[in-house]
Amino acid sequence: MKFLSDKTLEHLREAAEIPDLTGTRYRLLERVARGGMGVVYIVEDERLQRRVALKVFDAPGADRDLANRLTREALVLARLEHPGIVPVHDVGTLADGRVFYTMKFVQGQRLDKYLESVASISDRLRIFVRICDAVAFAHAHLVLHRDLKPANIMVGSFGEVLVMDWGLAKLLEQQVRRPTEVADPDDTIFETPTQAGNSNAGTLPTSDATGHGTVMGTPGYMSPEQERGEIEHLDARSDIFSLGALLRFLLTSDSKASAATARKPRLDKALYAIYSKATAPNPGDRYPSVPQLAEDVSRYLDGLPIKAHHESFIEKLGRFYRRYRFFILLIGAYLLMRVLIVFFMHR
Amino acid sequence: MNKVLLGLLLGAALGAIDGGTAWFTPAVRSMMVGIIVGSTIKGLIAGVAAGVFARKVNSVPLGILFGLAVGFVLAFLVAYMQHGYYFEIILPGSVVGMIVGYATQRYGVAPAPASATR
Repeated sequence: MKFLSDKTLEHLREAAEIPDLTGTRYRLLERVARGGMGVVYIVEDERLQRRVALKVFDAPGADRDLANRLTREALVLARLEHPGIVPVHDVGTLADGRVFYTMKFVQGQRLDKYLESVASISDRLRIFVRICDAVAFAHAHLVLHRDLKPANIMVGSFGEVLVMDWGLAKLLEQQVRRPTEVADPDDTIFETPTQAGNSNAGTLPTSDATGHGTVMGTPGYMSPEQERGEIEHLDARSDIFSLGALLRFLLTSDSKASAATARKPRLDKALYAIYSKATAPNPGDRYPSVPQLAEDVSRYLDGLPIKAHHESFIEKLGRFYRRYRFFILLIGAYLLMRVLIVFFMHR
Repeated sequence: MNKVLLGLLLGAALGAIDGGTAWFTPAVRSMMVGIIVGSTIKGLIAGVAAGVFARKVNSVPLGILFGLAVGFVLAFLVAYMQHGYYFEIILPGSVVGMIVGYATQRYGVAPAPASATR
């Protein structure tokens, strides 16, 4: 009896995963990444003659809940039209029964890789503020990401910052309607996805595919309440915790950073205060909203006092000096020059 | 603070300090008030000019150069009228112009664009 090698098995597995794009307008080009729920391929949209990313389940025959989750992810993305969130183009079902959706193909680097070329703290903080903008937009549309981490942030080749992988996203209210339901004309509506090929229309999942007690997320980045599986009680402050952990990663490049490990990072006092407030174990002690967190970081960048930290007089002076350093040095140089002129005149 | 007001206040303050240092020159101590007033006006003019320039041109190096030039010209005129103390007047006057030119570019707030109306 001859056994197959690991390499052969892996090759066979990959071959089995290759999506059957028959009947769709897409042509497979290459596989780019594997996520928690599926695999991402680069495909060519033959109708529009452009490259797009296609996300599909790992293997045919995956259970219905997972299929619904992928559809949900596409629907969540479709409602979030923001420059910091990757736009979804299409959703449907392949000939082999697997659910897929296509989205903009982002050429760039994952945040953790990108940071290797960004040394300046202020540049890193500006990236963080842009991540906050995208997450705040999602929260304004009642969507929680629930899996914010460096691997889910992409920085495009033109410096654009995109929040990816909304597979664990939670809708804060029952806003996803079945197509037959009548919607408030002023409300955001999910249209039934326009199907490509033999797409499966009409089966919209519920607002949250994750049941109470289920733990989903990334250790070190998910909030304590998310770790405890308190899915029903999660709100914007859970994502704020993840943003705090992300802030720590941006400032220290420590991928194993975790509030649970509680090792105090070497940060500027004000930045540490922002980080601590964002990652407070009790949600009530955190920033109430993402814009408030972003505002504190922006204030820090502008050399203004932040709300998370009450500074002493000495700290105020230090901040004033940092903010107006060049100007203070110019005035100092001027006064010194004045003293020297007087000194030499009286020699 | 808007660029012109910042230039005006900073120019006047630095001009007054500039004039006040004349106290260390005993020969002109009797004319202190006139020197301080004159120097304040000189700084004020340089500051306003730098502020107006900063509103038109958004460039720190050009702002510094412009401030330097205005400070130099004004200080030269003052020294010329004094018939002396060229170095003691022109050098600090030019530096004050530079500082004001930098500050108006760097810290002055540009006026908000007028909203479009029909």
